[in-house]
Amino acid sequence: MQPTKPGQNKHIKDEVALSVANLWVSYQARRGTVKAVRDVSFDLRLGETIAFIGESGCGKTTLGLGLIRLLPKTAKIERGQVTYTRNGMGTQVLGMDDEALRVFRWKECAMIFQGAQNAFNPVLRIRDQVWDTARAHGETNAERVRARMLDLFRLVSLDPDRVINAYPHELSGGMRQRVLLALGLLLDPQLIILDEPTTALDILTQRSVIEVLRSLRNQIDFSLILISHDLSLAAELADRVGTMYAGCLVEVSDVYDTYYHPYHPYTIGLIRAVPTLSGERRDLISIPGSPPDLIDPPKGCAFHPRCPYASDRCCDEQPQLETVGLSHQVACWNWPAVVADRGARLVSAAKE
Amino acid sequence: MAALMELAHLERSFKVGRAVVWAVDDVSLAINQGEVLCLVGESGCGKTTTGKIAVGLLRPTAGEVRFGGQDIWKMNAGDFRTYRQAAQIIHQDPYSSLNPTQSVVDILSAPLLRHGLAHSRLEARQLSADCLRRVDMTPPEDYLDKYPHQLSGGQRQRVSVARALTVNPRFIMADEAVSMLDVSIRVSLLKMLGRFRDELGMTYLFITHDLAVAKFFAWDGRIAVMYLGRVVEVGPTPRLIRHPQHPYTKALLSAIPEADPVATREKERVQLRSMDVPSLLNVPAGCSFHPRCPLFEPGVCDQAAPKLAEIGDGVQIACRVAARGAGRP
Repeated sequence: MQPTKPGQNKHIKDEVALSVANLWVSYQARRGTVKAVRDVSFDLRLGETIAFIGESGCGKTTLGLGLIRLLPKTAKIERGQVTYTRNGMGTQVLGMDDEALRVFRWKECAMIFQGAQNAFNPVLRIRDQVWDTARAHGETNAERVRARMLDLFRLVSLDPDRVINAYPHELSGGMRQRVLLALGLLLDPQLIILDEPTTALDILTQRSVIEVLRSLRNQIDFSLILISHDLSLAAELADRVGTMYAGCLVEVSDVYDTYYHPYHPYTIGLIRAVPTLSGERRDLISIPGSPPDLIDPPKGCAFHPRCPYASDRCCDEQPQLETVGLSHQVACWNWPAVVADRGARLVSAAKE
Repeated sequence: MAALMELAHLERSFKVGRAVVWAVDDVSLAINQGEVLCLVGESGCGKTTTGKIAVGLLRPTAGEVRFGGQDIWKMNAGDFRTYRQAAQIIHQDPYSSLNPTQSVVDILSAPLLRHGLAHSRLEARQLSADCLRRVDMTPPEDYLDKYPHQLSGGQRQRVSVARALTVNPRFIMADEAVSMLDVSIRVSLLKMLGRFRDELGMTYLFITHDLAVAKFFAWDGRIAVMYLGRVVEVGPTPRLIRHPQHPYTKALLSAIPEADPVATREKERVQLRSMDVPSLLNVPAGCSFHPRCPLFEPGVCDQAAPKLAEIGDGVQIACRVAARGAGRP
């Protein structure tokens, strides 16, 4: 399969499906306020896949939950705007009342959680769970739902007749994950949020889920938000990648730039720390220190205590995302030094 | 060189209700002093069971575990204790493998006192501090009196490693020791374990589901790939990663996504004939991979299970069809 080059992705449309502006989410803990998502802004176009990468506790799951307002009671969306647009009609997700929100979830935006293979009711057949979902959203024609579901099962490479009558325990983890994907597509949502979709799956099963996701994207128009700590999954599926650190979006770029020309020292650190299978064994470099406490994040850039490029300014002033290239944004005061460094390394490598 | 750890024709079954499951079926592996052997495979392939048998936590149903040439289940009590001291374990989950009610010094002192390496609490404390220094937790005084919940995930796993090192082992079985850690701290732990090989001549049985981690950690060692309780391929790491021979190894390597968008999207994929993983309760006859295998030949693969056979360059595979392709009968 040929990799799609930036700008050539046929499935990406120009219209923005979801626009997030200055979103802040915090949790109330006994020790204080955990600032889990801090001032996150991004646009997602129709048909586009954006992956949010980062280590545990960086706020990526909170961000996903915040977008559809499924946060636990202890969480609060402090401020921000989430604008969802379909067919030219914009809606403010944060302003919706309960009923509007109920319709929005699943019909407009489906979210599939981490470990969702275990999300099924074990005592109901798949067909009953499908029907429950459809009915809750005003569907009355059982035959139509069934026909649509069978089509979707075929689309995710499942044997429709077997699966629809099965109980969840009769299906393997990978099959359940694909059933859930199909169920997510049942009401034709425009946005799907996947949180660690393949984490609990075996390698070969993971591959089948990835292939299904890829073929779905070529056949159906929907936008995808992929939340994963696994950099290889993002490399495989994303059009754009957002790197999160300590609740902030520190870099957003085209997937190829993220892996081949990252600007943020943290993104560089992550990529250098991941072992690869192809090519020579290259040395890996760990990022010194550990992620900060989100109750009292470091002043200035939250990454500065671990950053090799940290300067005085980084300790005082928090950098904002700035545009540094075609669809490439980075929040780092010293990105020119990072780029100059890479240039110098390339020159010295060429001399050798 | 004689192997430090030898697993000979191991078998292990478990009762599941009225049925019997063979978690490990005729596994033979040898690990030399100072060598790393990575055991890789998908969940349920028997890699953890094999590891537990190697460190004497499980008794094999059949077969022998030889440590320094001696069958561990025929040792006298004294020798067995020495073996237990020499073979240590690092568990996957540092959150559950450390007792939350004990401080770091308690955790590290227990094996020291148990094996008579320290004769007093004070001496145990000093030795514990030395162990913390070895795992780069300096100054140790900052950590000795902390409890696991006061440490980060990476620090907890370092304490687990320090605990394994307290009794000066020669052999460490690490079961998914870095899988729970974030990428940024995973590397430093792997490098530290590698350093113990150089400094202390440590021997590892390193169990992981992640072939990229295996490649990084065992580049100058070997990898053994397991499928449904059997070893299907063993070979030197660079060779196995670059030129896998067994169709299952090929399928695994081709299926793994990589943190490199071009490489991962252009990679050629091995197509399997079936995506269904057979249940251990009903393992297919003959080669257990045959219902999924792209090289399947009726009458050959569904008859007797293939044995591991050397095909050159230190590579052994359990596949008749691929072995024939490699120019051997």
